[in-house]
Amino acid sequence: MTPATSAGIERSRRGVPLIDGVEKVTGRAAYTADLDHADALVGRIFRSPVSHGEIVRLDVANARALDGVFAVLTGEDCPHTYGVLPVAMNEYPLARDRVRYRGEPVAAVAAIDAATAQRALDLIEFEARELPAYYSSAAARAADAVLLHDNKPGNLEREVHHTFGDLTAGFARADLVREHRISCAEVNHAQIEPHAALAEYQPLTQRLTMQSVTQVAYYLHLMLAHCLDMDASRIRVIKPFVGGGFGSRVEVLNFEIITALLARAAAGKVMMQLTREENFLTHRARPQTDVRLKLGMGRDGRITACECEVTQRGGAYAGYGIVTILYAGALLQGLYDIPAIKYDGFRVYANLPPCGAMRGHGAVDTRHAFECLLDRMARELGLDPFAVRRANLLHAPTRTMNDLMVNSYGLPECLDTVERASSWRERIGKLPPGKGLGMACSHYVSGAAKPIHWTGEPHAVVNLKLDFDGGITAFTSAADIGQGSSTMVAIAVAETLDVGIDRVRVVAGDSAIAPKDNGAYSSRITFMVGNAAIDAAKNLRKILIEAAARKLEATPEDIECVGEQFRVGSGGQAVLAFADVVQAALVDVGAITVKGTFTCPSDAQGGRHRGGAVGSTMGFSYAAQVVEVSVDEATGAVTVDKVWTALDCGHAINPLAVEGQIQGSVWMGMGQALSEETRYLEGLPAHASLLEYRVPTIAESPPIEVHIVESHDPHGPFGAKEASEGALAGFAPALVNAVANAIGIDLDELPVTPDRVMAALVERRRRARLGSLRKVAS
Amino acid sequence: MAQGQADSRKRILRLKLNGRWREDAVADNFLLVEYLRDVVRLSGTKTGCDGGECGACTVLVDDRAIPSCIVLAIRCEGRSIETIEGLASQGRLDRLQRAFHDKLGTQCGFCTPGMIMAAEALLRRNPQPSDSDIRTALSGNLCRCTGYVKIIESVQAAAEMAS
Repeated sequence: MTPATSAGIERSRRGVPLIDGVEKVTGRAAYTADLDHADALVGRIFRSPVSHGEIVRLDVANARALDGVFAVLTGEDCPHTYGVLPVAMNEYPLARDRVRYRGEPVAAVAAIDAATAQRALDLIEFEARELPAYYSSAAARAADAVLLHDNKPGNLEREVHHTFGDLTAGFARADLVREHRISCAEVNHAQIEPHAALAEYQPLTQRLTMQSVTQVAYYLHLMLAHCLDMDASRIRVIKPFVGGGFGSRVEVLNFEIITALLARAAAGKVMMQLTREENFLTHRARPQTDVRLKLGMGRDGRITACECEVTQRGGAYAGYGIVTILYAGALLQGLYDIPAIKYDGFRVYANLPPCGAMRGHGAVDTRHAFECLLDRMARELGLDPFAVRRANLLHAPTRTMNDLMVNSYGLPECLDTVERASSWRERIGKLPPGKGLGMACSHYVSGAAKPIHWTGEPHAVVNLKLDFDGGITAFTSAADIGQGSSTMVAIAVAETLDVGIDRVRVVAGDSAIAPKDNGAYSSRITFMVGNAAIDAAKNLRKILIEAAARKLEATPEDIECVGEQFRVGSGGQAVLAFADVVQAALVDVGAITVKGTFTCPSDAQGGRHRGGAVGSTMGFSYAAQVVEVSVDEATGAVTVDKVWTALDCGHAINPLAVEGQIQGSVWMGMGQALSEETRYLEGLPAHASLLEYRVPTIAESPPIEVHIVESHDPHGPFGAKEASEGALAGFAPALVNAVANAIGIDLDELPVTPDRVMAALVERRRRARLGSLRKVAS
Repeated sequence: MAQGQADSRKRILRLKLNGRWREDAVADNFLLVEYLRDVVRLSGTKTGCDGGECGACTVLVDDRAIPSCIVLAIRCEGRSIETIEGLASQGRLDRLQRAFHDKLGTQCGFCTPGMIMAAEALLRRNPQPSDSDIRTALSGNLCRCTGYVKIIESVQAAAEMAS
């Protein structure tokens, strides 16, 4: 390890590679499936072959009797429901009495090897009395539909009805009122690492060690204790390298609890690796969504009122659903200044695998509908797409009608930047046939200001240890899942202490070592854990400066600390090296441990209305993007030629990682816009492989030009906000607006597949033909 | 996945792995990826799908990039197999590893070994690939994090480095 001498701030202007990047490029990074499991039993899950039914018979006797089988479990073995939201835990790890989707876990085995485990599954006898199954929101909501959950009439998991401002007056004042309906397909995270878990139960000490692909080890820890009736202190949760999350691993997943149950039942170690097909069943992704949106607009482009109805097909269990349907409404606000908003949200149960959180949680499909309608109305009024957005800007600092804080607002600069970068003004309306430009804006929270579990603890805790070797170790349970959060923590500590980043080691994700963290969701880590890391580093800096003052016989106020050197005042003669100061600081006390914390104040935690905490955050990121497309009218294929994106992340702590996050989120938005779609045939997933579920390959992925806008948020760490989610939601509407610009057709369904484009083109030709026939006839 | 059953027939497989000849008793039905991960215990080669969908398991077989999850190990008798573990030597990163690290061609890292091996095969047969050569060569390797922009930049940077 080379001692660094350069000052931290200077170094990070360019950005730094990931601190765990060498492990990744050399293949040494150990993901869950790579952990040593030579002596582990193999776990497998028996899944329901029917979409909806009462379990009439479940006989596992033959499976249990098979040589080499160490444990067979059914719903009988776990009487507890689990779930991510304390108010909506309605799912058993293994179904009891009733199954509600095809593929729901019903039984599980742990066996000596994979073939024996499979033979055991084949010996399980299952019979169900089938019930009517519903695969669409409309069917599930029909008056005579059987209820999936007896306490949820109408198969509604949650209805939300919020009104802010004077809607009637808003629409009355409008020069143009338009309404449209948009439908967005269910999409999937499709992280490349398949789900896996390795659980070890020690019967003599009654301790459980769980290693899993989790984004929130804390939730997993809680649910293991709950479902296994164990004291939480006897459980250790470790997060190895995780191969992507995007929200799929925020919730505790059934296979994780099942693996732990198997390990305890078998009194040993169990490795569970799900197939890609099983990953699609265990998905918790963005639900199929219908949006009905009505906007009022003045001739000047000013929005006067907004009425929005959102219906989400949530799947068979609650999961994150309540939060998703609340986000869809709450984040209508915070991007533009809208004087009146009515929101009606319906989260519907259906006999499909449960949905959950996916990058841009809850906000993406509503934003898509909004940005598409905004463009269409601007066109009717003869306004430029940029002009109509500029007519509705917020002015920070402000609070929205639903009481969300907006402390920094870089959207105007984002708009200016992508307009200029794409040469919008010179090119719009002048492109050759079949080519088009479109744009849209979006935003996202930098962490949910109110955590799910109300414990009174800080929102983030980081511990630092400084020892005789001069090395600084940061301990955090913030889950690095590839987004670079451990690198962010290292930079935050190094910059605050003005030491080389090589001096900082980050130990992340082991409940036995690092303080609890609320995990990787809602883009909270940079804002919350970053602030906690800075706080910890400031506490350590204070100790070091006091030690230097003692040694230099000066007062701490007179000590300057720059680039690992301490001196009295500027131009002071005596200079202490970092190692000398560490030695002085350790006298009498030994190794130093300091803690830093961060808490969102209560006035940041949202409005007092029901569900008002969802959407609340200390700072929104803002994004604008321009998409250029070519549409082939012979095939209906849409090609994205180029994307220009500007994102206001407050301050780029690691510009390299910020760029990577923006490119990745824009691209994920492109997948949803162009090709990604889950399809079920009577509840059977027809998309359950990476060939059927069309993630864009490198061949069809466009150049994505990134511009970072820095609005310096007053509360963010070094002024930073999130950078990983905000740009995603703008892609699909920018693309649909670009297609409209290219061929004059407004598309109302996502994804924009060639067959949907062709259908729209054929329909237009048919109408044109009818029109000319009528002319001839008259 | 692992199919190390006592009842499957095994034979001695002789091949060159990362520059060294070796012999192992390998079941007839073992896939190359299973041989690498479960027999040799080189876990850098990943499995991301149920067979030939994602490219995470890409290795070199006689200089060609092959998904090791759809090749039987015994078909590699006498051949030269190279995995991600074979690229770095004497504590130095290979040019592609260096570039993927410096340019953030890797985020979560799960697709990275396969991506780098596919790129390695490309650079061996085409040291100065165009943008479209890179896109064609890597089109069987899915990445869910980067949007591929920095992967292309990484391969270009590696091509520019004197190896």
